[in-house]
Amino acid sequence: MMPSLFRVVHRRVETHDTVTLALAPASEPLTPPAPGQFHMLYAFGIGEIPVSVSATEDAGIQLHTIRAVGAVSRALCQAMPGTMLGVRGPFGKGWRVPAQGGKNLLIVAGGIGLAPLRPVIREAIRRREQYGNVAVAIGARSPGEQLYTAEYREWRDAGLKVLTTVDQAPGGWGGHVGLVTQLLPGLVTSPAATVAMLCGPEAMMRVTARALADQGMAAPSIQVSLERNMQCGIGECGHCQLGPLLVCRSGPVTGYEVAEPLFAVKEL
Amino acid sequence: MVLTRKRVLPTAMLDSLSPLIAALRADGYSVIGPTLRDGAIVLAELTSASDLPHGWGVELDAGSYRVRRRDDDAAFGHSSGAQSWKTYLHPAKVPFWTAQKTSDGFTVDVPPPDGIRYAFVGVRPCDLRAIAIQGRVLGSSYAARLESAFIVAVDCTEPGEACFCVTAGGGPACGPGADIQLTETVGPRYLASAQTTIGQAVLDTLPQQPATPAEREQGATAVAQAAERMQRHLPSIDLRDLLSGSRNAARWDEVAQRCLACGNCTMVCPTCFCTSVRDTTDLGGDIAQRWQTWDSCFDLDFSYLHGGPVRTSTSSRYRQWLSHKLGTWHDQFGESGCVGCGRCIVWCPAGIDLTEEVSALAQERQTDHE
Repeated sequence: MMPSLFRVVHRRVETHDTVTLALAPASEPLTPPAPGQFHMLYAFGIGEIPVSVSATEDAGIQLHTIRAVGAVSRALCQAMPGTMLGVRGPFGKGWRVPAQGGKNLLIVAGGIGLAPLRPVIREAIRRREQYGNVAVAIGARSPGEQLYTAEYREWRDAGLKVLTTVDQAPGGWGGHVGLVTQLLPGLVTSPAATVAMLCGPEAMMRVTARALADQGMAAPSIQVSLERNMQCGIGECGHCQLGPLLVCRSGPVTGYEVAEPLFAVKEL
Repeated sequence: MVLTRKRVLPTAMLDSLSPLIAALRADGYSVIGPTLRDGAIVLAELTSASDLPHGWGVELDAGSYRVRRRDDDAAFGHSSGAQSWKTYLHPAKVPFWTAQKTSDGFTVDVPPPDGIRYAFVGVRPCDLRAIAIQGRVLGSSYAARLESAFIVAVDCTEPGEACFCVTAGGGPACGPGADIQLTETVGPRYLASAQTTIGQAVLDTLPQQPATPAEREQGATAVAQAAERMQRHLPSIDLRDLLSGSRNAARWDEVAQRCLACGNCTMVCPTCFCTSVRDTTDLGGDIAQRWQTWDSCFDLDFSYLHGGPVRTSTSSRYRQWLSHKLGTWHDQFGESGCVGCGRCIVWCPAGIDLTEEVSALAQERQTDHE
């Protein structure tokens, strides 16, 4: 339960309520996180919340994209370079990114769900030749709420198919409007050779996973990142109970074969 | 060190527990056991055997607890009170650390361990199991407190009206985990056996006679009879399977009509372990503390995510508690989370009976399948 001390070295405003902080260890670095794992971030005197890792860099620097929705996330979003924060982790099981075999990757993100998928995207670019088609379908509420838009060109230049959609758009938006599931047709050409990774609101993942299963994908090839209240990160506080899972320890990433029956029950 | 995995038969007969309590106190233990206070059996520090609730029993029912005078002088002629040993091994409020603001950040310091070594006298077989179950859930600080504790367990010779340990997979006889094991016999006198080397070292110092075969027989009979007097039962079906197949049962809405979502069952349950991490700050804003406090899955905020709680309805919260206790505990920790102590039945202000709810779910499932 002892946090390691980190310092904000860079702060980037992503949207009106979302910020990416780059944190550098002020003492010993932590174990490097795997894509999809999370840290507990502590703002002095305010509290601690789980935040996924959105990228790692040299010298133990880790990036976290945080949306201001509560007291702690607001305090973190306001943390300027130089601010000291507490960090615990990394916790949980991350994405099972196929190491070899030329699999197609399908990455589907809703809102801030793109953050824990960005390490996968970067990994896929770094080892581009080991994968077949790599597609990224991104849904956001509005054009102004899209994340990491400055990187999309780089992703496309690396040979990734990047599709975006928004729930609603003001005039001048020339892109797609609608649910992220509407981007899916045509993206799964070979169900048996595709691995899908989904992160976003539970309803979005439920609908997307079902659509992919309907297209012939096997449930274990569809990975979802679950979300529940997490306070300890080590399976002892009980807050992240979800059916048989302690999400902080058995998740957050699980296969759809595990998640499907849990998605089907209200208030589980 | 455990002497053997098999239960060691009683070797000694003790006329009084005062020498045992004195020996443990002399060894530096804080000795905790059942006492009578405010009309209830309450765990508290023992200075001698006279602090034990000699001659007191209990009358239990769903939502009802009364102490009663016994017609003998038994010290353990009552079943467990509201508290369990988690009061000491997994305390309701634990300080994790204190952070102090500095000119360019903050420092974090962990408080020194309290150094208390507990000796628990009168741990019942159900609670002995519960201690081990919590040990398989909780981490190193629990293990450290348990490791330094000395446990004197007592076989159950008088189950309470709410007890169902036998069908919960335990029994009125102690399983593993104790240092010294006792069976209370007429007098009261105590059949005793050491289950560990440190238990043996303590037992060897006590005034005693060798236990005779007749006395052993008397103790064994009393324990066997207790098993037969168990009044409540869990249905003998696969409960994990029942609960995972009952997520949409109508019974959850029915029980929610009675459940107050007060969380009493989780507070008295000897295996319920859930906690919250709470961060506090002093008024000056320079000193912050992190605490671990007991929490309950019946609390609305327990499942809070940005936007609101996941489990808003009482039925979903009761389902979570019961399904976890009897079902998904298996998935997470490889065993059931229920030891059949009956506390949740007794201390429920609405008198909701876990065994009755499970039976109703089993009935509903059977009806659905017909």
